[in-house]
Amino acid sequence: MAEEKKLFKVKIDNIPVEVEPGTTILNAARMIGGDVVPPAMCYYSKLQGSGGKCRTCLVKVSKGSEADPRPMPKLVASCRTTVMDGMEVANITSPEVLDARKGVVEFLLLNHPLDCPVCDQAGECDLQDLSYEHGVSGTRFEFKRRTFEKEDIGEHIKLHMTRCILCYRCVFTADQLTNNRQHGILGRGDHSEISTYIKASLDQTNFIGNVIDVCPVGALTDRTARFKNRVWFLKPVDALRECHDPNCCGKTVLWMRGDEIFRVTARKDKYGEVEAFICDTCRFEKKEPQDWVIEGPRKVARYSVISQGHYVGVHKPHETVAKVMDGRQPKLLMNIHTVSEVNQPTVDLSKIEGPAHSNDFPKHNGVQ
Amino acid sequence: MGRKLLLDKAHIEGIRYYDVYRKNGGYAAAEKALKSMSADQVIEEVKKSGLRGRGGAGFPTGLKWSFLAKPEGVPRYLVCNADESEPGTFKDRYLMEFLPHLLIEGLLISSFALGANRTYIYIRGEYAWIPDILEEAIADAHKNGWLGKNIQGTGFDLDIYVQRGAGAYICGEETALIESLEGKRGNPRIKPPFPAVKGLWQCPTVVNNVETLAAVVPIINIGGDEYSKYGTGKSTGTKLISACGNLNKPGVYEIDMNISVEEFIYSDEYCGGIPNGKRLKACIPGGSSVPILPANLLLTTAKGEPRMMTYESLNDGGFATGSMMGSGGFIVLDEDQCVVRHTMSLARFYHHESCGQCSPCREGTGWMKKVLLNIENGKGKMSDIDLLWDIQRKIEGNTICPLGDAAAWPVAAAIRHFRDEFEWHVANPDEALKRNFGLAHYADPLPVVAAV
Repeated sequence: MAEEKKLFKVKIDNIPVEVEPGTTILNAARMIGGDVVPPAMCYYSKLQGSGGKCRTCLVKVSKGSEADPRPMPKLVASCRTTVMDGMEVANITSPEVLDARKGVVEFLLLNHPLDCPVCDQAGECDLQDLSYEHGVSGTRFEFKRRTFEKEDIGEHIKLHMTRCILCYRCVFTADQLTNNRQHGILGRGDHSEISTYIKASLDQTNFIGNVIDVCPVGALTDRTARFKNRVWFLKPVDALRECHDPNCCGKTVLWMRGDEIFRVTARKDKYGEVEAFICDTCRFEKKEPQDWVIEGPRKVARYSVISQGHYVGVHKPHETVAKVMDGRQPKLLMNIHTVSEVNQPTVDLSKIEGPAHSNDFPKHNGVQ
Repeated sequence: MGRKLLLDKAHIEGIRYYDVYRKNGGYAAAEKALKSMSADQVIEEVKKSGLRGRGGAGFPTGLKWSFLAKPEGVPRYLVCNADESEPGTFKDRYLMEFLPHLLIEGLLISSFALGANRTYIYIRGEYAWIPDILEEAIADAHKNGWLGKNIQGTGFDLDIYVQRGAGAYICGEETALIESLEGKRGNPRIKPPFPAVKGLWQCPTVVNNVETLAAVVPIINIGGDEYSKYGTGKSTGTKLISACGNLNKPGVYEIDMNISVEEFIYSDEYCGGIPNGKRLKACIPGGSSVPILPANLLLTTAKGEPRMMTYESLNDGGFATGSMMGSGGFIVLDEDQCVVRHTMSLARFYHHESCGQCSPCREGTGWMKKVLLNIENGKGKMSDIDLLWDIQRKIEGNTICPLGDAAAWPVAAAIRHFRDEFEWHVANPDEALKRNFGLAHYADPLPVVAAV
């Protein structure tokens, strides 16, 4: 009989679990599951070296190990701290941890525009979930938020740096999945930004589209799908395609409405991490139902807004215009944007502090 | 007169050059260490000396060296941290500018002790002229057989390289320094693993301050036991203090760590008191990131004893009533200085220098700066003071590297000891723009109940 591997006994919030040496506290907690799992915004189990930056996964180590029972002096990032035998960790049972986490969420939201109503990530945003769970409703920040210009990095990806929380996941993705990373962090402090050097395009490699999936917020979005539909109006379906790229698993989720495919993403687990990465051809170019073998509906967490909309099937209304108008084509009498005082596409709502007022929009000459 | 170990020959003309340095007893310690001692004996001497890291944290150097992992077949590195960026600290510049061979000798002995054959001096970019001085000295040492292959026939090889930084405070943090040295963005690494196990190019590395490495030379010269007789208690040896601010004689002083703070500020041998007959209001005894102390707590501890210039005494009372030795950047504020403005200027510095890697420091430092700017400009609210306290509390201890703490401590200490000055700024916004709060009660004899 082979010698059994020694397992470390760990207690997280008084729940015992046995894990292999070298496991991080976060992964040990994920083995327990449920409420004791610390949230993570920057850690990504598929990406080496990620984690430790966002500080939302801070936990208290109340007992270091069996051999050295001293508690750790500071809160530690559970995603990067490995367990020791006999370690005792307090997550939701420690008021200190909850307080620190509240602080971190407040910090993350300081410069994040609260423009969820016009953000394409709404409904599947990790930061939205995190602030719903741990944040406070008001902000104590009374200053201008930092803003950046939107940037097209390549044909398929839109970068809206204003929303970025600098988790570095996309940098690690490009480093580890593609052979030539084109983007990174420029600058430092709260004015540091994800960008490409001298506006280089990111479309050089076939796996760069995965940065969209790993982005926890709406900073990197799919240009072929953004603003086409809200995620909760779409129905996620597991689908399969025999992809020619040997590194692509071909297992995806199609976001459909009726027979129309609006978006293709990788399959994400309950921690928002993809199960396996997919190539750009699958993601951006295969949007016809005949490209895919559909496996069945995707399971969506019960609390997710995506599962709320039961928009089953699609009943396209009959085209009645031709009949009503006796075969004539309708004429456009006026464009609402030329007469309306508000809701002008030239004004970027995310750059306005607080709610938009009519005086945030330029007045049209002659029309008052 | 205080005894000197590092700067005792600094006044000799031409000591910067090899010939003069050698004639005045230079490289004697290196000769002694390389020819008559083993590496372990050198480490043992340093342990016996009780030398503590001079970069700020004050960690015992001998202990740090003994943590260095020594796997077979893996090179080990020594890195000299000359990225002296803490506002108020300029002692390393002085050492490197006037005694470059002292540093090189210290590096040689330390590298020998640690078994490192490649050693780097990481120097901040703003010290633009010093790499030339160091490189000239390194070339001279090469010429005279103190560097290179088979040094002085002992079989030990060593090369020293000078690497310039690009002007980032964060690169003074040891793991950020290593990243920068590797040619990457200077972001601190997440520890563990510590550099002693996986440092430069994933090899065991020791990072030491310039002054620490220079202090190894006198330790070998006079022996660890003799060295530990300098100073008091666990603060052994001499320490370079770079004094600045409202002083008659600002500059770099080498002190035997057995004098009191009062003596250091007022005696003619050192800073010579405060100019124009002004009174002392506050002081930051160890570089900008350590807590600021009002005059009364600076000169005497909360127990009523005179405060000494030692690691222990400056830290007496913890952060509630004490401060830290830090890197020895002694900043003195007289009664005309405004603590709010001063704190704002420090917060601005830390905001500018935050690397932006982890969220509390990236976002919190900017927030503190903006709130302090409001208070300074007469737009503050009473609740802002509590807000500042809350922000610093949520930064401290929750970040990857100590820069978060360094940004939080000055704000915390300023509010802790000078809360009434902040309140005065908020309550009298117009007056605060025209005049300063003045000395108030900050020099009154203790016991004064410290606010908060």
